[in-house]
Amino acid sequence: MASSYNAKEEDGHVAVPGGGTIQNKKPDNTAFKQQRLPAWQPILTAGTVLPAFFVIGLIFIPIGIGLYVTSNNIKEFEIDYTGTDMSSPCFNCSQSFSWNSTRPCTCALPFSLEQPFESNVFMYYGLSNFYQNHRRYVKSRDDSQLNGDTTSLMNPSKECEPYARNEKMPIAPCGAIANSMFNDTLDLYYIDPNGTRIQIPLMKKGIAWWTDKHVKFRNPGGNPNLTSAFQGTTKPINWRKPVYELDTDAENNGFINEDFIVWMRTAALPTFRKLYRIIQKKNNMTPTLPRGNYTLEVTYNYPVRSFEGRKRVILSTISWMGGKNPFLGIAYITVGSVCFFLGVVLLIIHHKYGSRNNTADIPN
Amino acid sequence: MDNCPPVRSSPSRPEHQYVERFWKEARVGDFIRLRCNEILPADVLLLSSSDPDRLVHIETATLDGETNLKQRQVVRSFLDLDCDFDPSKYNSIIECEKPNNDLARFRGYITHRSGRRDGLYKDNLLLRGCTIRNTEECVGIVIYAGHETKAMLNNNGPRYKRSKLERQMNVDVGWCVIILLAMCLFSAIGHGLWMYQYGDKRPVFDVLSPEGADLSPVLSAVYLFLTMIIVFQVLIPISLFVSIEIVKICQVYFIHQDQDLYDEETDSHLQCRALNITEDLGQMQYIFSDKTGTLTENKMVFRRCTVAGVEYSHDANARRLAMYQDLVDSEEEDCTSHGGTLPRRDSVTSHQSAAKVVLRSQSTKSHRRTGSRAEAKRASILSKHTAFSSPMEKDITPDPQLLDKVNHCSSQMTFKTFHSQSLSQLPSDLTDIIDFFIALTICNTVVVSSPNQPRQKVRMRFGLKSPVKTIEDFIKRFTPSRLTSNSNSSSSSSLNRSSHRECSSVLSSPSAESTLTKLDEEHHPGGPGGLEHAFSSVPPHTTEGKPGALEEGELRYEAESPDEAALVYAARAYKCCLVGRLPDQVTVELPHLGKLSFELLHTLGFDSTRKRMSVVVRHPLTDQITVYTKGADSVIMDLITLPPTDDSKGRRQRKILYKTQNDLNLYAADGLRTLCIANKVITKEEYAVWLRHHLEAETAIQGREELLFQSALRLETNLHLLGATGIEDRLQDGVPETIASLRKAGLQIWVLTGDKQETAINIAYACKLLEPEDEIITLNADSQEAMAVLLEESLHYIQAKFLCSSSNPSRSFQNDYAPAYSFRPPPPSSQAQPFLVHRLGLVIDGRTLAYALDSSLDEKFLAVARSCRSVLCCRSTPLQKSMVVKLVRNKLKVMTLAIGDGANDVSMIQVADVGVGISGQEGMQAVMASDFALPRFRNLQKLLLVHGHWCYSRLANMILYFFYKNAMFVALIFWYQFYCGFSGSAMIDQWYLVFFNLMFSAFPQLITGTLDKDVSSETLQELPQLYMNGQNSEEYKPYMFWMNMIDAFYQSLVCFFIPYCAYADSEVDLLTWGTPITTLSLFTILIHLGMETKTWTWMNWLSISFSVGLFFTVALCYNASCPTCYSPSNPYWTMQRLLGEPLFYLLCVVTPVAALLPRYFCRACQSSLFPTPVQVGRQLDKLPSDTRRNILSRVQAGSLLSLRPPFLSSLSFTGPFPKDYSHRATSTQNQHSFTRGPAKSPEGRLDLSLQRDETGKAQGKGWGSGSPGDTKRSLEEDDQYTLASTEMDTLPYTKVKEAPQPEAGAGAGAGAGAGAGAGAGAGAGAGAGAGAGAGAGSTAGAGAGAGAGAGAGAGAGAGAGAGAGAGAGAGAGAGAATLLLATPSLATPQSETIHLTLPPAGGSQSAAYRRNYENYDTTPHRPPDHRLLPPTDRPDHAHNQATPTCPKEH
Repeated sequence: MASSYNAKEEDGHVAVPGGGTIQNKKPDNTAFKQQRLPAWQPILTAGTVLPAFFVIGLIFIPIGIGLYVTSNNIKEFEIDYTGTDMSSPCFNCSQSFSWNSTRPCTCALPFSLEQPFESNVFMYYGLSNFYQNHRRYVKSRDDSQLNGDTTSLMNPSKECEPYARNEKMPIAPCGAIANSMFNDTLDLYYIDPNGTRIQIPLMKKGIAWWTDKHVKFRNPGGNPNLTSAFQGTTKPINWRKPVYELDTDAENNGFINEDFIVWMRTAALPTFRKLYRIIQKKNNMTPTLPRGNYTLEVTYNYPVRSFEGRKRVILSTISWMGGKNPFLGIAYITVGSVCFFLGVVLLIIHHKYGSRNNTADIPN
Repeated sequence: MDNCPPVRSSPSRPEHQYVERFWKEARVGDFIRLRCNEILPADVLLLSSSDPDRLVHIETATLDGETNLKQRQVVRSFLDLDCDFDPSKYNSIIECEKPNNDLARFRGYITHRSGRRDGLYKDNLLLRGCTIRNTEECVGIVIYAGHETKAMLNNNGPRYKRSKLERQMNVDVGWCVIILLAMCLFSAIGHGLWMYQYGDKRPVFDVLSPEGADLSPVLSAVYLFLTMIIVFQVLIPISLFVSIEIVKICQVYFIHQDQDLYDEETDSHLQCRALNITEDLGQMQYIFSDKTGTLTENKMVFRRCTVAGVEYSHDANARRLAMYQDLVDSEEEDCTSHGGTLPRRDSVTSHQSAAKVVLRSQSTKSHRRTGSRAEAKRASILSKHTAFSSPMEKDITPDPQLLDKVNHCSSQMTFKTFHSQSLSQLPSDLTDIIDFFIALTICNTVVVSSPNQPRQKVRMRFGLKSPVKTIEDFIKRFTPSRLTSNSNSSSSSSLNRSSHRECSSVLSSPSAESTLTKLDEEHHPGGPGGLEHAFSSVPPHTTEGKPGALEEGELRYEAESPDEAALVYAARAYKCCLVGRLPDQVTVELPHLGKLSFELLHTLGFDSTRKRMSVVVRHPLTDQITVYTKGADSVIMDLITLPPTDDSKGRRQRKILYKTQNDLNLYAADGLRTLCIANKVITKEEYAVWLRHHLEAETAIQGREELLFQSALRLETNLHLLGATGIEDRLQDGVPETIASLRKAGLQIWVLTGDKQETAINIAYACKLLEPEDEIITLNADSQEAMAVLLEESLHYIQAKFLCSSSNPSRSFQNDYAPAYSFRPPPPSSQAQPFLVHRLGLVIDGRTLAYALDSSLDEKFLAVARSCRSVLCCRSTPLQKSMVVKLVRNKLKVMTLAIGDGANDVSMIQVADVGVGISGQEGMQAVMASDFALPRFRNLQKLLLVHGHWCYSRLANMILYFFYKNAMFVALIFWYQFYCGFSGSAMIDQWYLVFFNLMFSAFPQLITGTLDKDVSSETLQELPQLYMNGQNSEEYKPYMFWMNMIDAFYQSLVCFFIPYCAYADSEVDLLTWGTPITTLSLFTILIHLGMETKTWTWMNWLSISFSVGLFFTVALCYNASCPTCYSPSNPYWTMQRLLGEPLFYLLCVVTPVAALLPRYFCRACQSSLFPTPVQVGRQLDKLPSDTRRNILSRVQAGSLLSLRPPFLSSLSFTGPFPKDYSHRATSTQNQHSFTRGPAKSPEGRLDLSLQRDETGKAQGKGWGSGSPGDTKRSLEEDDQYTLASTEMDTLPYTKVKEAPQPEAGAGAGAGAGAGAGAGAGAGAGAGAGAGAGAGAGSTAGAGAGAGAGAGAGAGAGAGAGAGAGAGAGAGAGAGAATLLLATPSLATPQSETIHLTLPPAGGSQSAAYRRNYENYDTTPHRPPDHRLLPPTDRPDHAHNQATPTCPKEH
């Protein structure tokens, strides 16, 4: 067959130069049309895939170890302040509180850090069992309104229903996400070895994505006076105060309030944390959070009992790969080890059967 | 068809003119006038013809594929009318049967106003679709029109074809729907429970409906169910259907572009007319092929002949034929190099020029070609007028030796004639030569036409007489005063004009009619003095026609069968030229002698039972009444009379016979169609006696055909052998090779042909469909009951032979079927019982097929047929063809391919799963109905083995991949439902969801689906066994869908949970988490595809990089485009941010690896441990070409390729191996006679069939079959057959006598009568041992006696000689036991003998085939005791005969 194949090729070569006058339907003898494109033909056999397994194993295991170490170097401290427990300081607040309560309830949680937090410390609040990814919840916002569009401000999108209007007044910001915004206030005090409480300064800026803060979210109008800008709208039902009173800082007020922006970025999973504040490193000499005793003062506004939720505060440093999560390192190590193991298995197979394959079988 | 030839009908009576009408306007009762070369628009009853003989010639190529001309006759009552038939005077009533699809039958009668009734027959009916040829004009009345025509009723409507793969795929699409619903239901229930757990405490994130209504858990579950259907609908691979269409179009394009499927002769390449079933090409299991024009070129070429015992090999002719190809090639090369037009080659001198040209330009073409485009064009031009006119057939280079002899002989004759000497003084071999050529020239029904006026017959009436019709006629003609009987002409011709072929004609008029018919003056242009011409040589100048038109080489012969034409052309090459044929005379031009007119007294036409035709002529030179007979060697040889042995002439004759037989064997071995030519001279008295009977027969009312048949038998006896011819029905190029490789590919090939049985078997041998060592089961039955019994018998036989004799069925399969290569295909899953294909051939004729297709028998028929390696259905109608295909397709649930070239194949093509038309040969009808149109049969090999395989494996893999891909993608969202309260939320952006299938993952799979080649084209063709991959649907089995689904779910789990864990309890938002998942699942999917891709061309690389690039480009643009659009999800800047995160990259690396690890590992293990044949083929591809060739040649030589141990490398044909098993139940009285005896037909078969000679002697050996129902006994008998026939193999040739008619038994002697009686008494079996046993065989006790005799003589093989009549009693059982015991001792040496006689290597050689002419000692009337040789004589006899024969054969 091979010989006739060559003959055909020659045919083609003969025909093409002399074929100018021949007007026939003979197909062109091109590699593409004759399906003879040069090709790499990998064959997956034990012998050929063997190197791949070892290479993957050898690359993945070090990466995994590196990731694991990196993750372990991250310091993280978590404190649950939901107050479901009788012993918890926030128990009373959690029991009595509902969205409708007017009087804020405060509680203080003491804790101590065993190790100093050297670099910038990120302070998160964490919610569990909160389905921010619920389909109808995720939709329930009006990005145009949040972008400062005045018509949307007064006529919120239908997506916001049933949180678009309250007593004929458009809600700003409308929608369920905004309505359910986390509104606990968290303060952190360092208890000096002397016993004095030192409030730790918490940065409330820089916690949202830059693009969100500067592109996606805008206050309506260009009016610096937010009160007038939001004239004619009403606050979301669950809110205590209108949107233009979220902060005193004009750069962090209204829709561009970063706590609000962070909240509006709906979490992917029902257990999530959101960045609340950043504790910036003062200098290289002292750790951001020295080891010692601290008190967390919580203004308990946010009810989670209805959905069996938990509220936490997390203090964490971060690395280049984000927060503390040993999983990826473990995953790499596992996959690498499995690859290596399978490589060994294949090696055995190759030794036991591959030789036969190559002699008797490839002939075959 | 395309021109829509106008119909001339006569509605406008006032003008009395025919008017032109469209076909569609033809109505029943219209009168239609048709001219030459017009196509019949309806089924028309022929009322008038311009032909003086009141005949119309039609070409039925569009109906039955036969390109010869057939004669149709004007309705008898209109015979006497003048040429001008006046429709307005027509006032008869026609009654006929309802429209039906039987092309071969038409019954009705016409009632005239006078009250006279005439029968209407098939020969009066012109069928729609046929073409009028050689007839100026004819008029008829429309009997059936439109869809009621027989041609239309034979065509079933087109069928919507859907490929098997798609049907299978649709099942799995259904599963996808079920999975989808299950997932939706699960989610809905989950959502309901999730809602329920919150009770009345409505959490903040559970948003009320826009109206503020609070939904109950149940209601929201219902809503969610609907929502989920929308979310998960990606699982239903809608895009798959689109992608499949795209891939198929690309596949069609590539098939179209394949150079190997391009035919230069016709400048045509494959056409894919159906775009949606390309992949079916890779799954074919049965091929149904037409014969004429599909396997063969339908060009008969005279190759060799033997005259008077001398073989003339016609080497020059053979060389010419071989050179012919090269000539054309070199011509073409010349032409292309010069850029000029093709030099016109005079066809007459082709052989000389051929030689020159070839010498000049040493063509190096290795492959044969049958001609060039130029030739094809020329042929097509010519074929517009005539049926057989290819130069190859016409030009025959005479054998110089024979030519010399002819010249010498004729000059001698001239001399003797001139000197009024008796011709009998000539040496007999010389007269034989002349007689031989005269026989070739006149013993046929060839119509001579002149090319200038192709529509008209050459009418050269040197004298005119109709064939002898009455005794008076005979007396008048043969009285001494005949030379002065000018006045006779009118009276003799006043007799009715009956058919020229009395034998076959149903129409021949009863004698009463002769009074009705009046003299037709038109017939006697040369009436006066006509008789004298008949007895003297006619000088050329007396020719009445235009002399120029009669020049040799310009006459054109149109024959009913191509071999007739070939023989006439052959004779012409020896200057023995047929110049004219009239109903009553044949004019032949002989060298030196000039034109001779033979008075044609009778023509006994060909029929398949007699297998011969004869003409009775009065020899103009000797004035003797001579019978020339031409027929199958098997029948002619038995009719030869030998003079007594003692004188030298007799010895010489015997020697001639012996030599001729050897030559015939040689021809048969070469695959030539053999014909024997014989003659005899009868005295006037003998003739008168015979004529009386014959005329009685002709005038008989009852059983006329039967009587005519008997009459013919009476005449054709005591013949003198002249010689034999070998004609080649040229197979198309590469047909045997193609069939061999298709068969290796596990395809079963059935040939369905309208041709007669002998021709079909001949061709089957020639194209390797039947191997010489194959056994042949012939099924010919006359009734349903006989058929039932036959099938039962055959089944038992097959079971007994192949299941009981070999301990391991698969072993026998291995041996029989795939000895060289042990890729054993598992039996098709649909079949409960394993079916094994044996080295068996099944031959069945059309009538029997009709019984077999009956619903009561079809199961059995299939059971028999599918055990056979090849099946030949002869004489089948178009509808039968399609019924066979339908039966096999529906009952066996296999994939069928039908290939044909004529309109008679259309319905078969439409019914089959894939219909293939051969374009170019016989119109476009088959092509129009087909799914694929090929230029040549041999293209089927590449189409199926390569393109079919590729298309199938590509599509199968692509479909599986599609299912996987969608499932994998959707499952990601499904897992997410567990983390979003089953709310129907998706972490993947909606636009990604939309685009994922449409853009991101679409192109690579299309490229792979279009271009992937699992095995290279070369390997696929060299290892046809790889085709079984597709036959067994190994690329896409039902479980594979589920494996893919499981893999998809696993991969999606990995792709979901690795990011899940990596991002657990972090500040990640919905889309920032979803986008990496999208990305890495895209990577996973693409790498998965990469693993499934077998060949990586630059297009694969490009498409994959394009996909990845496209995804990121789209993502980046989309995420940057608008901060507030795309509500509700807003992915603004997500991708940009992700690209800055190391975590994203880390995820994208680890997840695909983890997801694909199992599949990768399993693939590697599987291909290392259990490589499939295809994988082995791929490995072969990678080897260097010379190593590969080495291995392949080893594979082909029989080394085993599989890892499994070879079952048996040595072919064990050591068991009893009867060469043939042929059943014939040819009893019109439903008396099912069933006797077996061995005989070798010319094809080398050993027939086991009913043996009786014409005197009614039931002679033969074998066993009468018991009652058909008695299985056990039948089984025993089957073993006995084996034994008996094995023994027969070494016996000298014995002849099968067909028991054509029950009448044969009528004149039976005592023994035969007893045999027949026994058969009748036993219900089915008529067993008659030869010799003494035969007579006694009728009694029950004889069974035991014969059995004992067999046992005693077992070692000497005498059992066969003794035979055994199988009684119904217990004695039969005893005899059987004895024989069974004898089997092993006999079997081995005997079968070795068989092997020794087989040709060592030549596969084309037929099996040992010896005809022992000593057997003819006892002819003419074989005495009933001629087999009464003592048993001990037999073996010696056999060896004596066998030994000298063998070296001569090979």
